Amino acid sequence: MKTKATQQRSTYWSAFVAFVVMALVATACGGGGAGETGDAGEDTAGGDTEQGTEGGGEASGDPIVVGAIFDETGGLNIYGEHKVKAARLSVEAINDEGGVLGRPLELVTYDTQSTNEKYTQFANQLALQDQAVVIQGGITSASREAVRPVVDRHEILYFYNEQYEGGVCDRNVFLTGVVPSQQLAALIPWAIENVGPKMYVLAADYNYGQISAQWVDRYAEENGGEVVGTDFIPLDVNEFGSTINSLQSAQPDVVVSLLVGGEHIAFYRQFAAAGLGENMRIVSPTFGLGNEQVVLGPDEAKDITVAFPYFQELDTPENTEFVERWHAEYGDDYPYIPDQAVDEWVGWHLWAQAVEEAGSLEREDVIEALEGGLSIDGPGGTVTMDGPSHHVVKDVHIGTVNDEGGFDVIESQEQVPPSFEQEQCDLIANPDLNEQFTPED
Amino acid sequence: MAADQALALALTTLTGISVLVLVALGLAIIFGMMRIINLAHGEFLMIGAFVALYCVRAGVPFAVSVLVAAVVVGLFGVAVERLLIQHLYGRLEDTMLATWGLSLIMVQAVVLIFGASTRGLPTPLGNVRFGRYSVSGYSLVLIGSAVVMLALVFWLFTRTRYGTMARAAMQLPETAMIVGINTRTVNMVTFGMGSALAGAAGALLAPVAGVVPSMGQGYIARAFMTVIVGGPAVLTGTTAAAALLGAVDRTVSFLSTQFYGQAALLIAAIVLLRLMPTGLSGRMRRQL
Repeated sequence: MKTKATQQRSTYWSAFVAFVVMALVATACGGGGAGETGDAGEDTAGGDTEQGTEGGGEASGDPIVVGAIFDETGGLNIYGEHKVKAARLSVEAINDEGGVLGRPLELVTYDTQSTNEKYTQFANQLALQDQAVVIQGGITSASREAVRPVVDRHEILYFYNEQYEGGVCDRNVFLTGVVPSQQLAALIPWAIENVGPKMYVLAADYNYGQISAQWVDRYAEENGGEVVGTDFIPLDVNEFGSTINSLQSAQPDVVVSLLVGGEHIAFYRQFAAAGLGENMRIVSPTFGLGNEQVVLGPDEAKDITVAFPYFQELDTPENTEFVERWHAEYGDDYPYIPDQAVDEWVGWHLWAQAVEEAGSLEREDVIEALEGGLSIDGPGGTVTMDGPSHHVVKDVHIGTVNDEGGFDVIESQEQVPPSFEQEQCDLIANPDLNEQFTPED
Repeated sequence: MAADQALALALTTLTGISVLVLVALGLAIIFGMMRIINLAHGEFLMIGAFVALYCVRAGVPFAVSVLVAAVVVGLFGVAVERLLIQHLYGRLEDTMLATWGLSLIMVQAVVLIFGASTRGLPTPLGNVRFGRYSVSGYSLVLIGSAVVMLALVFWLFTRTRYGTMARAAMQLPETAMIVGINTRTVNMVTFGMGSALAGAAGALLAPVAGVVPSMGQGYIARAFMTVIVGGPAVLTGTTAAAALLGAVDRTVSFLSTQFYGQAALLIAAIVLLRLMPTGLSGRMRRQL
C-alpha cells in the first residue's frame, strides 16, 4: 500500500515537472519573453529550418541573397502568414522589374515558430551561413529586440516592417511601420471627440503593450481625456470574464484595445456577447492586423475603430494593382490584406530603391541613400523615409469595421511625420545612438 | 459590494469554473483511467471547435454540431490511440512527448487546410442584464453544459457495463484480464471517450473563443493544472480542482488584474501539490 502511494506520488511529481519544463519551452514564444536574447545565437544548428527560395528569371547575373524571418507557425501565425506572403510577393515584384543592380534577389525565409530564441538563431544563420545582405522581418517587439543585437554585431542592415510602440533609434535599423506618434496621435483624439473622454486601456503584457499604454495616457491627457483603468493581459489569456466585470464597474466611454495575438481575439467576442458594445466603443491600433474582423462576425466587430496607413479598400491605382497582384498569387478569396503586409512591401521597395540609388550593396552606401530621404508610391500612398530618425512619413486613415469583413475609411490625415522619433532621434547627427526612447524618458 | 456587482462576480466565477471543467474533463478521464497525459488535448478541443464551426456554417443546428464534434473527435481519438498511444502504455514521459509532437502537427495541418484566420461563430443568445452589469446568455449554457457533462461521465462510469470494466481495468488490470476483460479494448474506448469530451468541449467553447488553429494552447495549461491538482478521482477531483482554481483566478483577477489572477492560479497549484502531492482527491477512498 505504501509503495503504491509513493509510486503514485512520484508519477504526479514527474508529470508536473515534465509539464512545467514543456510549458516553459512553449511560453517562451508569443513575444511573452522580453527579448531574452542571451548567447543562444552561438548555436546555429537547427535541423528544423524550412528554407524557401524565390528567384526571378527576368534579371540576369548572380542572385543577391536577402533574408526574411517570421513566425509562420505557432500562436503568432495569424500575423506571420500574410507577412511572409507579402515578403515573397514584394521580392517577386522587384525581380519582375529587373531585380536590383541588374541582379535578381533570392529570398531565404525562416520560420521561428512563434519562439523568440529562434529569431536570434536564424538572424545569425542568415548573416553567417546564407550571407544575406539585408534582413527584413520580425513581428512582435520582443522578436525585433532579439534580432537587433545580432544584426548590429554582424553589421547587416535590418528592416522591421511592423506597426510598433515607437522610439527605436539604431543606425543599422530602418522601421517602416506606423508608430504611436502617427497612429495613436490620430486615434485617441478622434475617440475623445467622437465618443467620449473616459478611457479604459487593455494591453498585451509585453514591451509593445506596456509602452503603448504610456502613449495612450499621454495622448488622452493632451486631448482632455482621462484613462480610468489599465489592465495588462498575458498573451495566453482567452477568458475575459473578469476584464468585462472591471469594464462594467468603470463604465468608460472608450475601450482602448492594445491586445495582440490569436488568444486575445476572444476578448472582442466576449465583449460583444456581454452586450458591452451598447454603451462603450472599442478603438484599437492592433485590431485587424491579425484579420480579427474576419474571425469575428460583422455583428461582433461592428463599430470597432482603428487607425492604419493602409486599408485594402483604399482607392488608388497603386493599390488596385497591388491587390490584383496579391489575388493573382494567393487567390481571389483571400480574406483581407492587412496594413502590416503592406509594410513589408514598403520595406523591400525602399531598400531596393536605396540600393539602386547607391549603386552598391555596401551597408554604408545603402544607409546613406536611405538617409537621403527616399520616397516610394506604395499601395497605401506615398511613403518617405525620414533620414535622421530612420522612420517613415506616411498617410494615416481612421476606419471602422464594415459588414464585409473589411473597413470603411472615415477620416484621413496625409503625410504624417513620426514626430516623437524626429524629436528624440537624429542618427545623422549622432550615428552612435542605439536605444529605444519611451514617452516616460 | 452592490448586489449587481456580487451577482456579476458570482456568474463570471461560475463560468470560469465551468470552462475549466469542460476543458479538463476529457483529459482527466484519460489521465485518471489510463495514466496517459495527452498534451494534444488542446488541439482535440480545437478540432472540435472547427468541426462545430463548419457544421453550423453548413446549416446544422448548434446543439447537433456539438454532438457531431464529439463523435468526430472521439473517432479521431480512437485512431490516435491505435496508431500512437497503445505502443506507449506505462511510459508517461514518452506519451507526453509523443502527444506534444502530435499537437504541433495538428496545429500546422489545420493552418495548411483552413488558413490562419477563418470566420468564427458569433456568441448566440444575447445578454442578460442586471443593474450596471450584464453577462452573455451563453455563459449560462456553458455552466449548464458543465453540469450535464459531469452527470454524463458519472452515469457512464457507474451505471454502464463499460464503466465497470474500465474501472476494473484501471484499479486491478491483471485481475481484470483474468476475469476476461479485454483491457486493450477498454483502454481504446476510454481514450475515445476522453477525446469525444474534448471535442464537445471545443465545440461548446467555439462561440466564446477565437476559433484559430492555435486556440488549444490557451487551454491546455489550465486543463493540465486542473487535472493534476484534482488527483486520481476523475469526477470529484476535477470538479474540486476546477472550483478551487477557478475561484482563485477569478477572485484575484477581480480584485487586481488578470495578470495576478493567473499568477495566483499557478501559486495555488504549486502550494497544493506540495501539501497534497497526489492531488485533492488523492486520499479519497472512492476513485471516481
